[in-house]
Order: sequence, then structure tokens, then C-alpha cells
Amino acid sequence: MKMGKSMRVAYGEALRDLGAVNDKIVVLDADLAGATQTCIFRDAYPDRFYDFGIAEANMMCEAAGFAHSGYIPFASTFAIFGAGRAFEMVRNAICYPKLNVKLALSHSGVCVGEDGGSHQSVEDISLMRSVPNMTVIVPCDEIEMRKAVFAAVDVDGPVYLRVARTASEIVTEENTPFVPGKAITLKEGSDVALFACGLMVPRALQAAKLLEEEGISAAVVNFHTIKPIDEEAILAWNSRVKAIVTAEEHSIIGGLGSAVAEVLAGNPGARFGRIGINDVFGISGKPEDLFRYFGLTAENIADKAKALYSH
Amino acid sequence: MDYEKKALQIRQDVVRMLYRAQSGHPGSSLSCVEIVEALYYNVLRNIDPDNPKRPDRDRFVMSKGHGCPTQYAILADLGFFPREDLEDFRQVGSHLQGHPDCNKTPGIDCNVGSLGQGASVSAGMALAAKHAGADYKVYCLIGDGESQEGIVWEAAMSAAHYKLDNLIFLLDHNGLQIDGANDKVMSLGDICAKFEAFGWETVTIDGHDIQAVTNACLAPSSGKPRMINCLTVKGKGVSFMENNFGWHGKVMSEADYSAAAKELGI
Repeated sequence: MKMGKSMRVAYGEALRDLGAVNDKIVVLDADLAGATQTCIFRDAYPDRFYDFGIAEANMMCEAAGFAHSGYIPFASTFAIFGAGRAFEMVRNAICYPKLNVKLALSHSGVCVGEDGGSHQSVEDISLMRSVPNMTVIVPCDEIEMRKAVFAAVDVDGPVYLRVARTASEIVTEENTPFVPGKAITLKEGSDVALFACGLMVPRALQAAKLLEEEGISAAVVNFHTIKPIDEEAILAWNSRVKAIVTAEEHSIIGGLGSAVAEVLAGNPGARFGRIGINDVFGISGKPEDLFRYFGLTAENIADKAKALYSH
Repeated sequence: MDYEKKALQIRQDVVRMLYRAQSGHPGSSLSCVEIVEALYYNVLRNIDPDNPKRPDRDRFVMSKGHGCPTQYAILADLGFFPREDLEDFRQVGSHLQGHPDCNKTPGIDCNVGSLGQGASVSAGMALAAKHAGADYKVYCLIGDGESQEGIVWEAAMSAAHYKLDNLIFLLDHNGLQIDGANDKVMSLGDICAKFEAFGWETVTIDGHDIQAVTNACLAPSSGKPRMINCLTVKGKGVSFMENNFGWHGKVMSEADYSAAAKELGI
């Protein structure tokens, strides 16, 4: 697999190109344009970019003001501040009136790296998923990021786009349709199914290879949309394979694993396991070291699937 | 128009709604009657009950959303919805929510209720108007207790930064909040000086003087956002509610209602 550009650069470039074809797009940031890469849009369309300084709560409500006035604002900051600090503004000012605000929050999960636990959001999917009217999308590579940015505009209502800080291996193709709420099977398999989102998708594909080496046929499904979750796909795989494992760079509480578990509950079928951050805060370190530290590797996914399959 | 008669009619509607709902905020609704009346009958341009979302209308955001019975009474009077709807305020199935919902009630520009957020959204609306080159103005009613929310000051800072001379805050300054006097709960200090330090122009008026509210709103702009410090009496118009923080959100008993109804000529 070929390594792509960083997910946030892919976001910034997609945003710039979206701006070229849609004059309703305005972009809001909170003194992190260089980090979130909204600077790419800002440099192309300086008069459609607004900085709100280090005041994320106000940025979210002012984004609501733009949406009330017919614009489609993309509001960006780090996930910890946008989904965390400004949670109640997102809930009451944006989601409650179902406004067309798109939150593209970067530096999600432990790929933040050295900045450590204060800046590593491991709860954002859980928070955003719990709010009515919100759509939650976690793109897995630069190609999907681009599609997700454009697709978000077609969603009538608020969208949360989870933007990783780092690069991701390219695992999707330009011509694959991207429909919010529709999971994509990246690899067929008959024994186990690996459901992954974001940076865990390439790791799930590697895990599938490890499993094949041991004679276990593993499917890999890209759950780019956590809400609405693709219930049809989950139930179909539940009746086709012996084990399902979810993989996410997020707390095991409230994210992809929880969303899948909610669908599986009451539906007998495959054994089920989750790979994610085990209800702990992040720590400082290099991103790859942190993926190992928190048990988010291809080996971790393969081991979990194998254990469930062989049980 | 007989403004005093209109104010009395609004107060009658407010007290009836709140008694019938057996919930809501009498003190906060009654203190802002003249402010909201001045806005709707004198100040706001292009307000059209037949086209509530008319793009060129001036916006009004009642950031202190718990005072909404006053706004609902006026919207009904203007014909945005039937007067009978007021009877179901706060009940299941009513479009008149405990705090305003722009997707349910015609004439409501913004969901409000979580204090401070309306101030910030209204700044966003004013910035969007500037962005669009539109000439509508955004009026936002904030409370004094509400001004303890940090986001009010984040919004104030951004409004000055973006030179939003199309944004007007009206402060319903009755000096009381749920737990008591502002000065006891959390002092606001010299709130005009605070807004001025944030780059706003301010003016202090009698918030029960309709002409004063009207003039303060329509005065020529100096290029800055404006904060109109409206000195008001909480619970205004019902003697036993006046200046009594206990009536912020208290339910009226039958005896309370009879006494209030008598004073208001219901």
C-alpha cells in the first residue's frame, strides 16, 4: 500500500477545491489554520475565511449564525476543543436547529502524538454520535477525505468529519462511490469480518493478510460513517462469518465498536470483539509508538479475530 | 399606536400563558416587555408574518430565551400564528417550546435558551450579513445574569474585531437572577465599561421607556457594535413580582394568578 499525504492536508486541499465550485462555503478556524490546514482554503479565498482566535465555543455559535444566513460553514479546530470544549454549543446552537454546519475537527485520537493526553481526543466520536441530527464520518485515506468533504455538503444538516493529523496509506480508489451511511467492503472473506474506520482501515487490511497466512479468511469493511451506522451491512456480516472485530483509534466506549454492538445486540450470530483505546487517556509519544502502546496494530486486530474465531 | 395599552396586553398574555403552563419565568418575561415591544413595533424592518424568513428582515435573537412568553405574545399579536396557540405554551404538541425553537415557531430566528449562545449566534448572523453585503441588522436581547457566561465576552471580542456595527445587544438589566442579586451571586461590575473596553459603544436608558429603546436602537452608528444597557424592573407590572428574584421562575398559585390578573385587568 502506498502512503498518502497527511489527512489534514487532504482536508485542506479538498476544502479549497470545494470552495472553487460552491460560493456558499465559508471556513472558520480558531487560531489553528496552520495545523488544521484550513490555511490552504484561506490562502485561496481570504475573504471567505474567518479566524475567531482561541475561542472555540464562540466559533461554533458564529458558524451557526452563518448557517442561519444561508451559508455552509466548515468550522475547524482540534477535535478535543471542537467536540469536547464546545460540545454544548455544537449540540444546542448547531444540531438542535439542524443547521448546515460542517465540523471538520483534526488531531483526533492518538495520532496527535507528542502533545499527549490533553490534546488527544479519544471521546469525540462518542460525543458527536450521541447528538440527534448529527452525521459522523471518519475518512480513512486522502481519497476518501476528499469525497467526504464534498459529500458532507450534500447532507442536509450538521456533519462531523474526523480529520487525522497524520498520513494514511491509500486503501480506497477514486472510482468507488462514497455514500454516507453505506459501508464499503474492501476485501471479501468468509471466516471473520474486520470492521474499521479512519487510520485503522489499513491496519485491518494488514490484519486480514496475517489471518490469511494462518488459514483464516478475513473480510475487511470500511465503516467510514459511524452515524448513521450501516445496520444492513452489520447484520449481513453477522450471519455470514463466525467473528466480527471492530477497530478504531478511539475509546472502545461510544465509538464504532459501540455502534456495531448496539446493532448486534439481540441478533444472535458472530462472536464480537472490539479493538480501541481501553478507557484510558492518551500519553506523549510518536504516533506509531502510541498505536503499539495502546494495542492498535494489525497484530492486535488479527490476534483478537483469531481468538474469537478459534474459541 | 397606544404603546402602554399594547404593553398591558402583552403582560396579560404573558401572565395567562405562565399560569396555564404552571411553569416558566414570570419575572424575566415581564422585565423585557417594553424592550421587545419597541423592537417589533418600532425598530425591526421587513418583519413579515406571511414570510417569516424574508431574507432582508432585521433579525431578533432573544438570547435570554426564558423570556420568550413576551416574544410569543407579540408574534401572535402580529399574526405569525393564531393567538389560541398561546394557550398551549410548554405543552406536548405545541410549537411554543419552553425556550424558542426556530424550526417550530414562525418568526423565531434562532434556537436559544442555553445562556450566552444567542449572543454568539447573533454575532455570527451579523458577520454573515457583512459577508453577504446585506444591510439587515441583528438585535439580540441578553440578560444580566447571562452576561456571566464567558461566551458573551468571546462574542463581544469578535464583534469588535470584525467591526459589526450592524449588531446591537440590548441588556435587560434588572439586577436579579435565580439565586439573588447579580451583585451577590457574581458581580457584573461596570458592565458598560466592560463592553467599552471590548470595543463597543454603549448607552444606558430606561428599559421601560419605549421611545428611549427605539431611539437607542435607531441612533446613527459610530462603526462599532452597540450595547444598550436597559435598566429594568424584574417582574414589572405585577406588584408582588417586582424586584423579587423569587419570581424568576416561580409557578403561580391560583391566588397569585388572581392577584396578578386583578392588577393587570385580566
